[in-house]
Amino acid sequence: MIPRSQLTFPLFFITALCLLSGCTQSADDAFYQSGVIYCSESNPVYFNPQLDTSSTTTDATSHQLYDRLLDFEPDSGRIVPSLASSWMISDDGLTYTFQLRKDVSFHSTSYFTPTRNFNADDIIFSINRWRLPSHPYHPVSGGRYPYFESLGLADNIASVERINGYRVEITLRQRDSSFLANLATDFSVILSKEYADQLLKQGIPARLDQFPIGTGPFRFVGHRKDHYIRYHRHPDYWQNKHSAEQLIFDITPRSSLRLAKLITGECDATAFPAQTELNVIRNRENLMLAEKPGLNIGFWAFNTQRPPFDNPDVRRALAFAIDKNTLLEAVYFGSATRAKTLLPAASWAYQDDADDTAYNPVLARKLLDDAGIEPGFSMTIWAMPVERAYNPNATKMAELIQRYLADVGIRATIVSYDWSTFRRHLRDGLHDSVLIGWSADNGDPDNFYRPLLSCSAIPSGTNRAMWCNEDYEQLINQALQTDEIEKRRAIYRQANRLLYEKLPLVPIAHAYRYQAYREVLSGMAINPYGGVRFSGVKKAQ
Amino acid sequence: MIRILVRYSVLFVLTLLVLTALSFVLAYLFPGDVLVNLSGITPENEVQRDALVRQYRLDQSYLIQFWHYLQQLMNGNWGYSFTSGLPLREEVGLALPATIEISTYAMLMALFIGLPVGYYAGIRSYSLSDRTINSVSLISYSVPVFWLALVLILFFSLELGVAPLSGRISLMFDIPSVTGFILIDILLSEHIDHGLALRDALHHLLLPTLAIGTITTAAMIRITRRSVIDVLQKPYIAAARARGLSRPQIFVRHVMRNASLPILPLMAIQITTLITNAMIVETLFSWPGIGNWLIQAIYQRDYPALRIGMLAVSTLVISLTILVDMFNRMLDPGRERFERGAI
Repeated sequence: MIPRSQLTFPLFFITALCLLSGCTQSADDAFYQSGVIYCSESNPVYFNPQLDTSSTTTDATSHQLYDRLLDFEPDSGRIVPSLASSWMISDDGLTYTFQLRKDVSFHSTSYFTPTRNFNADDIIFSINRWRLPSHPYHPVSGGRYPYFESLGLADNIASVERINGYRVEITLRQRDSSFLANLATDFSVILSKEYADQLLKQGIPARLDQFPIGTGPFRFVGHRKDHYIRYHRHPDYWQNKHSAEQLIFDITPRSSLRLAKLITGECDATAFPAQTELNVIRNRENLMLAEKPGLNIGFWAFNTQRPPFDNPDVRRALAFAIDKNTLLEAVYFGSATRAKTLLPAASWAYQDDADDTAYNPVLARKLLDDAGIEPGFSMTIWAMPVERAYNPNATKMAELIQRYLADVGIRATIVSYDWSTFRRHLRDGLHDSVLIGWSADNGDPDNFYRPLLSCSAIPSGTNRAMWCNEDYEQLINQALQTDEIEKRRAIYRQANRLLYEKLPLVPIAHAYRYQAYREVLSGMAINPYGGVRFSGVKKAQ
Repeated sequence: MIRILVRYSVLFVLTLLVLTALSFVLAYLFPGDVLVNLSGITPENEVQRDALVRQYRLDQSYLIQFWHYLQQLMNGNWGYSFTSGLPLREEVGLALPATIEISTYAMLMALFIGLPVGYYAGIRSYSLSDRTINSVSLISYSVPVFWLALVLILFFSLELGVAPLSGRISLMFDIPSVTGFILIDILLSEHIDHGLALRDALHHLLLPTLAIGTITTAAMIRITRRSVIDVLQKPYIAAARARGLSRPQIFVRHVMRNASLPILPLMAIQITTLITNAMIVETLFSWPGIGNWLIQAIYQRDYPALRIGMLAVSTLVISLTILVDMFNRMLDPGRERFERGAI
């Protein structure tokens, strides 16, 4: 009684849908293989890593869009030539002369077409931008250069001179054995002076940091906030010409969703796989998990400018109140090692026999009593809202610490904001204590000691303990005066001792670094010295 | 006819006015500075602040402020998003079409599957096949859409790997947004393989459409079936049968048309549910629609975006409801109001 057509229609519809879904995979594989999709965790603040130390920013920019004068070799950590083909250091260790590479071209995009190749002017512009407060570009985009400020690098550079078009001379005021390493970090990128001049003339200098031009393997195409960043291959890249044609950052804040996309193949690689997901990745045949001990540290810092945390005994008491091993197991699931000092074991200055605090709530209570902290005292623990290798779940860790503190009669409340607000408030020093960490940008120990606890790192917002100690300053400055490893190591031992006595922060863990990607991706490796690199990465045919 | 038009226009304008007033009040109710909540701009100095206060007439009475707010909305100045710094009009312009698009496809699915199946079940009423259809549709109608979407993802994406689980199209395709409707935008864009892109987009549409469409389809089946059964019991069907018309003849000439009339208003009520479901499912499939956008706005405490988002969604729902209602009224003026409203 029903006309046949009535029945065939839905059937047809369903078949059509199935056909559509079934046949996409096989055809036109070449198109899908031409690009690499990386699921990243958040939006970069700027497309210029000079302005931000967040790894989200460096991941999206440093090794994709830009080059540096020097680079780290990923395996050995040796400093190797990049835009500088060679360099010389004067005998007094104060003058560095760099010979620059020729025939390096800047990106040509819809918003800028370069008329000349890279030369010494670009180096001078890029360094002077963060070095000289009088530079026209210095105040652009906020005018903060946290990495360089935290190291006090600008004050130590006396001059940056152009010898000729391809030779630059940098003179320091004091010896700095970590200077070359600093030039090789993710933050010391080289920008285009020609582009900057053009923007300045047009009156829109801030575009320099939002519509980037560099010499790197990929050029910027577009960014839609919370959705994607799109890059195309730089066709005239001076170094490796075998990168994928397209590189796309698919911005996916949820870690579980990133894993799901990796499984379905919507991502080829993901940022920060959660510790709980590692086994899922290991058990899948078509997924790869690279792991390396990371150059990082997760810690619990006290705001040493706020009473009662300005009292080292109070800080020590709190350190004794927590059980680090439990934190390691519960938060890192065995993917981290216990931290005694700031330095991880991968660093050459690591001190194996350094002092460490042990779990002792009775002693903690006693110290608190001695310091006049009554039971019922309340404080805040700020837990960072994002996952990082050095602390994959700060909220969980904060909850555990909250319970430990309750045992010694301290009421702790957990505070969190979105990431940018969080860091702004931290810089203003609104916290009592904070769970956060640091990933090193180069292999030099100075990269831990200085940004984390030096006086100049307070305004730049990397010294979360707001701690400023003269003896400590002297020690870490002294360590840079010599190139002899043994001497430097001895100085850092003294610094460790001092830190153990003063305890501005409690070192908690050094985490492994993981990089999850699909088997089809070739050329993917962990970069222990900072951000992810996609140069030379492509999908296998 | 004109009277109906006028009446509905007045209703429409009044409702919109109330909604706008509500969104204006929200700027005062949200935490933080009213000026910032309205404009989305955090003034950097006093001069800029004064300029903004004057621009938004915040130094004058509430009524004048509101009147000015209305004017600003009309002129397309909806303020700026805190988080992206982009004009909200642009952001809503990108997000809202995505929601409308997916809702449209779900509605089409309901029409193409729900109607025929509903007719079939109605004609075969109380047979085994009808009971099967009836119970399946009841179950699908009762399934929470959030759960259904998750099950679909788990099964089709993660287990079988036949459908992607996020977005509208593979990011490999660079499709500039012109209309906001992905399928149309693909056809409009250049330098891409249109066939491949369309297939990719349909592939991405599959699961979200299925998740939202299933519930609407179930509703459609049940409404159609009920309507067909009602019509079959009418005396004119018995008369037609007595005149010796064949079953297909009766179906085509008498049942189909008469049963279709009550379906439209009842489906109109489903539109609201449909859009709500779409907004929920969007967050699961990372579909860049208004629901997803609002959730992000809540996470990031983007008050200007929340205010405009609420206004945009409610305007959409109310316009659709009033339009369909008016349409019904014009198509079928004979019926009384309460009959049209019944479910």
